Amino acid sequence: MTASSAQAESETALGEIRARMRLKWLILRTAIEERLTYRADFAFSTLVRFLPIVTQIFLWSAIFQDAPGRSIQGYNFGEMVSYFLLVMLTRAFSSMPGLATGIAGSIADGSVRKYLIQPVDMLDHLFWHRIAHKLVYYAIATGPFALVFWLCRAHLPDFPGWPVMLAFICSLLMSFLIGFLIETLIGLIAFWFLEVSSLVFIYMMLSYFLSGHMIPLELLSKWLPFVDYLPFRYLAYTPTAILLGKIPAAHLPVELLIQAGWIAGLFVLNRYTFNRGVLRYSAFGG
Amino acid sequence: MAAIEVRELCRTYQVFRKREGVWASVRGLFHREYDVVSAVRNVSFTIDEGEMVAFLGPNGAGKTTTLKLLSGLVVPTSGTAHVLGHVPWKREDAYRRRFSLVTGQKEQLWWDLPAQESFRLHKEIYRISAADYRRRLDELTDLLEVGRLMSQPVRELSLGERMRMELIAALLHRPDVLFLDEPTIGLDVVSQRRVQEFLRHYQREQHITVILTSHYMKDVEALCDRAIVINKGIVIHDGPLAAIIDRFSRHKIIELQFSDNIVPQGLERYGRILESRPPKVRIQVEKQRVSECLSSVLSQHSIDDISVAERPLEDVIAELFSSDDAARAEN
Repeated sequence: MTASSAQAESETALGEIRARMRLKWLILRTAIEERLTYRADFAFSTLVRFLPIVTQIFLWSAIFQDAPGRSIQGYNFGEMVSYFLLVMLTRAFSSMPGLATGIAGSIADGSVRKYLIQPVDMLDHLFWHRIAHKLVYYAIATGPFALVFWLCRAHLPDFPGWPVMLAFICSLLMSFLIGFLIETLIGLIAFWFLEVSSLVFIYMMLSYFLSGHMIPLELLSKWLPFVDYLPFRYLAYTPTAILLGKIPAAHLPVELLIQAGWIAGLFVLNRYTFNRGVLRYSAFGG
Repeated sequence: MAAIEVRELCRTYQVFRKREGVWASVRGLFHREYDVVSAVRNVSFTIDEGEMVAFLGPNGAGKTTTLKLLSGLVVPTSGTAHVLGHVPWKREDAYRRRFSLVTGQKEQLWWDLPAQESFRLHKEIYRISAADYRRRLDELTDLLEVGRLMSQPVRELSLGERMRMELIAALLHRPDVLFLDEPTIGLDVVSQRRVQEFLRHYQREQHITVILTSHYMKDVEALCDRAIVINKGIVIHDGPLAAIIDRFSRHKIIELQFSDNIVPQGLERYGRILESRPPKVRIQVEKQRVSECLSSVLSQHSIDDISVAERPLEDVIAELFSSDDAARAEN
């Protein structure tokens, strides 16, 4: 290969990457604009989502009322409050309202066709769309989040040091990816069964228990030891437990690696399901 | 050069046979019976670059399935197809950048945003240079007269306006092949004509290859010289549009104007009276009886004016398909 052809090739490769990045950026931008169309409704639903945390705090303060100093499975009252606050924060990353049902809907009504006809990658498109969704959500929710955290500041843990903080942030970002991949996968099942809403419901119920959203997983794992081997724990429990110091610092790299492994596995499964689904779709009528 | 080559394309579907009644539904849970339906049977045709061809046929004839096959949405049961040298159902990006499919449904535009946002996204999806994008967008918005609607959310546009926006979205990347599936469905007469005029102009200017399906014969007559007529998945005619009338119409229309301001009795014996408005009358006469009818009328009545015309394409097509239905019912 001559030097000039190698240069030309690397320029085309660079151009290709640039074109792809520009597309992702524009999907993101357009999706943000779209989200902002319904900002009032969005803001309202965001605020309503803070109500459960208030009831959770009341519930646990009632449980701990008789013996303020006691601890349940290693959680004292302050840690319990912190746990639920941090779970709320993690769920803000890992929950994907409307993703699975949206994909299923587009398969049922045929609008999925545009992803097959246009030179775009549907999963990539949905991913940037979801990032936009989240960014708008954070823009609206940061204020209320800050307020709730400030009100409960007495219970929050001290700064755990940068290594733990960094592990927490990594785990938090990966919880977004796991949430996205699981819900996309459920949505893609609509290529086989047009209606997935009951599946979504089951998933929501399961993940509420098995992610540690309802109670810390330490309270569950005695009866359900398999929860530690499911991907759901990364949707709420793991990032929270990292920041609260429930996972020993020495275990953090392995914990993060396993989480990354789940992402890789789910990603491959997503691609596979999508390709099989499209084949089935085009075999059954498009 | 051929832009589209289709050889013996077949597509069958398995359709779940649903029997009546609760018990049958319960049984259906355990044992499903399927019927095999042929949507497209041994369809072959070739379309040259720059041709605009109409695809005609009744509902369920296989038109849309054929377009889906050519857009790569459906894989065939057997047969081959090449569009611009690509096998459509491989869905290569190189092919997807070179064609567009426009249907009457909302398809490509973001519902809650102004159409220009969707166009901007198309610019990146299809990798259109900034200069080309600007020029094409200006040209298309001018031709379709939608400049003032560019910043209005798509959901606020009328059906006709939305259709015109869909056309822009489909044409921004200047596809070499365009599939139009009922592009004027549900549009009012004015919008229909505007879309027609635009398509005619655009196709002539850009010399793109177009397949059009439409129930509106006005669309077809205005735009296409060649028609492929498909029924029950089989091509029953492929040739000039005008030849459809020659080939399938069994009647002509004779229009008479009588001198004495009345329409005489007994004209039914020549054929069906379509309209009688003294002193004029329009009669639908079987082709082989036209000369007999004319000489008989001329010898028996005093006539001011006379003309013999072909039946409108729409009627011929309707008759063709309904006689087919009737034949199917008899079988």
